Amino acid sequence: MAKSRIGRAEQRNGWLFIAPTLVLLGLFMVYPIVWSLWMSFQTGRGMNHSFGGFTNIIRLTQDPVFLRALTNTGIFLVVQVPIMIVLALLFAAALNNPKLRFRGFFRTAIFLPCVTSLVAYSILFKSMFASDGVINDLAIMLHLMDAPISWLGDPFWARTVIILAITWRWTGYNMIFYLAAIQNIDKSIYEAARIDGVPAWARFRYITLPMLKPVILFTTVISTIGTLQLFDEVNNITTGGPSDSTLTLSLYIYNLTFKFMPSLGYAATVSYVIVILVAVLSFLQFLVAKDRKA
Amino acid sequence: MSRVFAQARSGLVYAGLSLAAFVSIFPFFWMLVGTTNTAPDIIKGKITFGSALFDNITNLFAQVDMVQVFWNSTFLAIVGTVLTLAISSLAGYAFEMFPSKTRERVFAVLLLTLSIPFAAIMVPLFVMMAKLTLINTFTAILLPSIASVFIIFYFRQATKAFPHELRDAAKIDGLKEWQIFLYIYLPVMRSTYAAAIIIVFMANWNNYLWPLIVLQTNENKTLTLVVSSLASSYYPDYGVVMVATVLATLPTIIVFFLLQRRFVEGLTGSVK
Repeated sequence: MAKSRIGRAEQRNGWLFIAPTLVLLGLFMVYPIVWSLWMSFQTGRGMNHSFGGFTNIIRLTQDPVFLRALTNTGIFLVVQVPIMIVLALLFAAALNNPKLRFRGFFRTAIFLPCVTSLVAYSILFKSMFASDGVINDLAIMLHLMDAPISWLGDPFWARTVIILAITWRWTGYNMIFYLAAIQNIDKSIYEAARIDGVPAWARFRYITLPMLKPVILFTTVISTIGTLQLFDEVNNITTGGPSDSTLTLSLYIYNLTFKFMPSLGYAATVSYVIVILVAVLSFLQFLVAKDRKA
Repeated sequence: MSRVFAQARSGLVYAGLSLAAFVSIFPFFWMLVGTTNTAPDIIKGKITFGSALFDNITNLFAQVDMVQVFWNSTFLAIVGTVLTLAISSLAGYAFEMFPSKTRERVFAVLLLTLSIPFAAIMVPLFVMMAKLTLINTFTAILLPSIASVFIIFYFRQATKAFPHELRDAAKIDGLKEWQIFLYIYLPVMRSTYAAAIIIVFMANWNNYLWPLIVLQTNENKTLTLVVSSLASSYYPDYGVVMVATVLATLPTIIVFFLLQRRFVEGLTGSVK
């Protein structure tokens, strides 16, 4: 009897404590995502819209700008995420060596880009990659190239700058996760391997990497979601140009809603493409990770 | 032979790390040098300190009401952080302390929303705020960010380490649940709060896309928005931009160097 009263009080408190959260998330997360789904079947301009069935989905497949944004986002994803994760792993492995000198300095230096805001570092990159700017000067001085490159004026190089920028900003962030995870690995495993004469690269390949798999999966999923939402960098470094070569899905949704004549239904359809991509890619990454385990 | 090999390898490691450190630090150096140079010099890639610092600062303050802008950013970051921590830590605590099957299902749904990108909800959110006539208000900026699933998850994980005996003892002493949360849990978990404050403060301070959509008049703009708009004009005055960038970056750098360990704990703590 007494116990059930306490139980009921606990139940009540449990709901009371999470009530503000549930109200806020319901209003500002669940409602918008459901509204978005409904909206993606509406056509029309501004606030005037009517049911359009699959009109928006058909429009997607014929919209060259959307297809370019999708391709660009795909390129950023496929090229940038693996480069960054491999770099972060290498740095983490190197910094884990207790005999390494200036360890604290290296760790802080590589992590430092994480404290900048996305807008601030984007602007630094934009100014450094100006056509007669400091990067061209340094590269020519070091004989890395003969003539200056028009970094932000050429589709290929503009994409390269975006990839370099994101890698600069996020490698240290991922490295910190790997470093924390490596330090949790039981040292005796390495001792045993060393005594058995397993070389360093093999210890990395057959002990460190498998032990880090959950963290690598976590960071891959986070990076994938982040890349699919890429906005701040492209809007501030290239504004999607030249000729839409760095336009991303998020920037396209922004343009559809706030730059052009607002086409809310179509913008909602494009945003659902991101939702579906995030869901499918996260699921695939989990499948791959599970498969390797078996 | 193998010693030569090991030495070569360690040389390679040092070279790689030094290059990475140089690349990581160079943009910061570039930013500081830039504050002292004129716009044409910056665009030409001058990497030595110049004498335009005073002019750049004067020009920035002449173009933008910096006191107002700095206050806007500070206000949003501080109020946003306090509200987010209050609401989200309460929820994280409750999910762990009052287990029930239904709430467990609710929690699973919350975790699913973590993968919903902001781009997918920004259009409906904007329409909603327009209907509520909240466009161009700080309320519209704050409301969608207060309940943070990430922070709820973070607090739930941290609460697993909170000693339940403390709660039992407090209950015997006649404390109500909200008193236990306020007077027992909060002080005990202060390092968790410190790490969460850093994460949320930085996210709010650096927030760009949502304020860009919502805040439309100059007197409401945040520092991040001002930096972005100064740099996006056709001929940006980069000297002025660099001073603004330093001001925008300074608070987070200070927080980072003061609380470096907490900072790193905050980033990695939630996945342990």
